Amino acid sequence: MWKWFYKLGAPKSFFALSGKLLPWFSISALLFLSIGMVWGLLFSPPDYQQGDAARIMFIHVPASILAQSSYFMMASAGVIFLIWRIKLAEVALQCAAPIGASITFLALITGSIWGKPMWGTWWVWDARLTSTLVLFFLFVGIMALRSAMENRASAGRATSLLALVGLVNLPIIKFSVDWWNTLHQSSSFSLTEKPAMPIEMWFPLLLMVIGFYLFFFSVWVMRIRTEILNRERKTDWVRNLIKEKVSHAV
Amino acid sequence: MLIGIVRREILLTMRHPADLLNPLVFFVLVVSLFPLGISPSDEILREIAPGVIWVAALLATLLSMELMFKSDYEDGSLEQMSISPQPFMMLVGGKIIGQWLVSGLPLVLISPMLALMLSLGEEGIKAMFISLLLGTPTLSLLGSIGAGLTIGLKKGGVLIAILILPLYIPTLILGTHMIQVAEAGGTYTGEILWMSALLALSVGLAPFATAESIRIVLSDG
Repeated sequence: MWKWFYKLGAPKSFFALSGKLLPWFSISALLFLSIGMVWGLLFSPPDYQQGDAARIMFIHVPASILAQSSYFMMASAGVIFLIWRIKLAEVALQCAAPIGASITFLALITGSIWGKPMWGTWWVWDARLTSTLVLFFLFVGIMALRSAMENRASAGRATSLLALVGLVNLPIIKFSVDWWNTLHQSSSFSLTEKPAMPIEMWFPLLLMVIGFYLFFFSVWVMRIRTEILNRERKTDWVRNLIKEKVSHAV
Repeated sequence: MLIGIVRREILLTMRHPADLLNPLVFFVLVVSLFPLGISPSDEILREIAPGVIWVAALLATLLSMELMFKSDYEDGSLEQMSISPQPFMMLVGGKIIGQWLVSGLPLVLISPMLALMLSLGEEGIKAMFISLLLGTPTLSLLGSIGAGLTIGLKKGGVLIAILILPLYIPTLILGTHMIQVAEAGGTYTGEILWMSALLALSVGLAPFATAESIRIVLSDG
């Protein structure tokens, strides 16, 4: 039953499979993002209170949702690595950290730009902003630890452990910060409940959220593939691959 | 065995009183910078006192964290501990307890004096004492994970701050809030319970994570 799992974990077969899947991911990401963006920014109705300024939510909301789940996905990769010692999971963790950090940064920046016209200030020490900021710090911590350790094997285990510690702490941090201060409007986007916003706004937002996820996956897979090639450059299959490509090019 | 490790830790620190005193002096110094930097007025000081004391305690703990495993790593005794028949987790736990006794506890004991200097009220001082007593062990436990991960790294000092400070946030929030509530005349049983819960959680999980992190670093060779 676990055979496919281990097989997928082998760099070579992952490389082959992901090579087939990647175009689908990236093309559909492009499709979702462009449709959602054009619809959201140009055709969806302006917010009845916030006017056109609310349109930034088509970037801000997906980025914020993705920021948290990208940490979760990264830490899951870490857990898989610690339990099953699958090298691919460690590569996945390393590759997810910079993407997750940039998405979190995007969520912070767009939130701050949105905050200026709405709250009259670039930054407020509100619960959600603060916990997103902390999330950003957690990503930075992973990257900092990775770059400080020279030995690749122990760096992988150390960052996985740190990601796991962060995963345990994240809900506690979120809870404590929530309890500390709440000003941010509560989330009005949900899949399971009846949307609180008009459907013409909800639907492009959904497209954007899916698009962001697809974008994340395609960039993630691209980075993993590059890293695999880099690490396995001395093995036969990579050499053969390169030879093949070169002969094609010639 | 646990007591043996704790005693060894205390004994080692007593032979180097500077290791004991430096974080403490640092704590007092940082706290006394705030009246100089912000304002000597009583009201302002009373308002910022909880945060100032807690942030200073956080930084002082962080400072002492860096040295936690350093000498044991350098002279090889950490490696010996990791291959000893005793459970490594227990040994690490003993080291954390010892570290708290020599760096966290003195900090708690000296804090009422600083609170007086920042003109906190009687109730506030009491709450601060309890919050530090419950909070600093949590800080030591969480910090030990960072200390474990950064043993043997040259730039360990700054890195440990980046890794661990985000994890300190819940303790900081609860601790300062507890003092503020007490100053305002409210009851703070809820905060005490929350801080105890955090402490219990870190007692359960942190030694495990720290032991694992030390193993990872040691396997590096």
